[in-house]
Amino acid sequence: MGILEVKGVGKRFGGLKALDNVNLSVRENTVHAIIGPNGAGKSTLLNCLVGKLIPDTGSVTFQGESVLGRKPHEINQMGISRVFQTPEIFGDLTVMENVMIPCYAKRDGSFRLHAVEDVWSESDIVEKAEALLRDVGMLEKRDSHAASLSRGDKRRLEMAMCLVQEPKLLLLDEPTAGMARADTNNTIELLKTINAKRDITMAIIEHDMHVVFSLAERITVLAQGTPLVEDTPEKIKGHPKVQEAYLGQAHA
Amino acid sequence: MLGLKHKDATLFLIVAALAVFAPFFMNPFPTDSGLAQFNAGYPDLMQKFVIFGVFAIGFNILFGLTGYLSFGHAAFLGVGSYSCVWMFKLLGYNVIPGILLSVAVSAVFALLIGIISLRRSGIYFSILTLAFAQMSFALAYSVLSNPAFNLTNGETGLQVYSSDPQIFHREGLPDLPHLFGLSMRATSTLDVGPWSFQFNAGYYLCAIIMLASFYLAIRIFRSPFGMMLRAVKSNQQRMNYTGLNSKPYTLAAFVISGMYAGLAGGLLSAVDPLAGAERMQWTASGEVVLMTILGGAGTLIGPILGAGLIKYFENIFSKINDAVLHQWFALLPDGLENAVVAVIHPFVGKGWHLTLGLLFMIVVIFLPGGLVEGGQRLGRALMAARARLRGGGREAKSGAADGQPGTPAE
Repeated sequence: MGILEVKGVGKRFGGLKALDNVNLSVRENTVHAIIGPNGAGKSTLLNCLVGKLIPDTGSVTFQGESVLGRKPHEINQMGISRVFQTPEIFGDLTVMENVMIPCYAKRDGSFRLHAVEDVWSESDIVEKAEALLRDVGMLEKRDSHAASLSRGDKRRLEMAMCLVQEPKLLLLDEPTAGMARADTNNTIELLKTINAKRDITMAIIEHDMHVVFSLAERITVLAQGTPLVEDTPEKIKGHPKVQEAYLGQAHA
Repeated sequence: MLGLKHKDATLFLIVAALAVFAPFFMNPFPTDSGLAQFNAGYPDLMQKFVIFGVFAIGFNILFGLTGYLSFGHAAFLGVGSYSCVWMFKLLGYNVIPGILLSVAVSAVFALLIGIISLRRSGIYFSILTLAFAQMSFALAYSVLSNPAFNLTNGETGLQVYSSDPQIFHREGLPDLPHLFGLSMRATSTLDVGPWSFQFNAGYYLCAIIMLASFYLAIRIFRSPFGMMLRAVKSNQQRMNYTGLNSKPYTLAAFVISGMYAGLAGGLLSAVDPLAGAERMQWTASGEVVLMTILGGAGTLIGPILGAGLIKYFENIFSKINDAVLHQWFALLPDGLENAVVAVIHPFVGKGWHLTLGLLFMIVVIFLPGGLVEGGQRLGRALMAARARLRGGGREAKSGAADGQPGTPAE
């Protein structure tokens, strides 16, 4: 039984079948990649996991609890954090504040009206945020405006914001999309360290096979809204169905 | 000090000193000099400075922090005014129950309007709040002033009549709003040479309440709650995926700023026990938007500066008429005098809005951060000039401590 169980999930947009009977099981403390050609339904699936979309059929359970019908902030409070394809950060705030907000969200829940305490007076939160910034190598930029960061740094910051909450499951939507090779390699290293240091399960949606094969322990291949195979990277590499799916796309 | 960091404490002390000594420095010109009409140190205007300061401080908590632009905050100002006058009518002229009720009623009002308006954001939110304020205006102006149920007294405005119950009114208490017997109109005058300074009880009550509101605003700005409000403005999507529910945060900000507006409305009635529907009109809602942007939205002191500036313009520039202009330029040859007066005429007197409009344009285009940004730029320029004067050999280190004539942001 995995930490995340997707069973028979289907989603239609008008006449288009985006997902059809998707089954997926992500085991605890593994890195699970979901790959597939464009339009395979990867992003739709991810959106169904975080509460942005509600599937028409099937069930999604996280640690035995259904996430369906819950709002994104409720799902996050259950222990699922998400990294977006284009980094979503608080651009008007400083790097440090960006990391402190998730700390407060973790401590106080989705809403708390505490208007008299000073943000900086909570030394445990400040320390926690600083420690995480040090981990991702951004401590010296703590007072910069988040909007002024480079794309790679924004990605690091977003990762730090997710990690500081100590999520049980980290969902990554093409974390290296649009990155140069060097940045991609840095991100891979960062994710490897995270995975080694913490007990975090990761589910990665990715186009870049280099990233997938350097990180993933298990891979699910999605094509036209249905999973083709789920297996270890070694077996996926030589799998005829997978090659057919990708080649088929190339021919079209 | 009081849980404030050094910089904030300094800012608070500056504002407190300004409020306490306003009767002096607002009257820089001797009473019988030609410039005396630029004096703003009379009770009526000073009260407006601090009351609209409260209004703008509260508006800034919503607009400056969350970015939600309400065009209907005058509704809460009006509701506060009516509530306060009702307390005068029913209980008597003590201002405390009136002020408390105005805050409470505007909170309920803001909660109802906020729940509906905050279903949308951006321009739709602004239009919804505007619609609610105009409905409130219509209710106050006509609907709720019929003989069977007269809540607002319509066009005439709500006021206290001798036939009102005023159950706590006793012999010996002033027949005007008072604080446990101290009349809000009580004014003592201090004559120093040709100068005359007025100290008014109503002004000082409002100033103390303004300082308390300002202090609370600083605390909110520096709190985790304030940080979440800035997060709302910055990226609601990230906020939701960070486990935070942005809705109650914006609603809380809306209600708090509505309470500030209600408090300001209550104070307006406390210094002058008459509440009219025009306080709810859309122009009044627009005015607080102008005040906040002019001073610097999202900064602590900006709204107070903006409120002061606009009220100064409204009351001082509007009093400069042609006769005054002719007096000023009497030394010029007649033809030239008439020409100069004709040029200046549209910008003063009834045309003061024109000057305000131009000023607003200049600020928005060249100083998007408002007067606060202007002050900061000036401060930096002065510091740079000082560093140059010293030959650039020494660093401008000592200048950082005392060389900031500008107003510190946030």
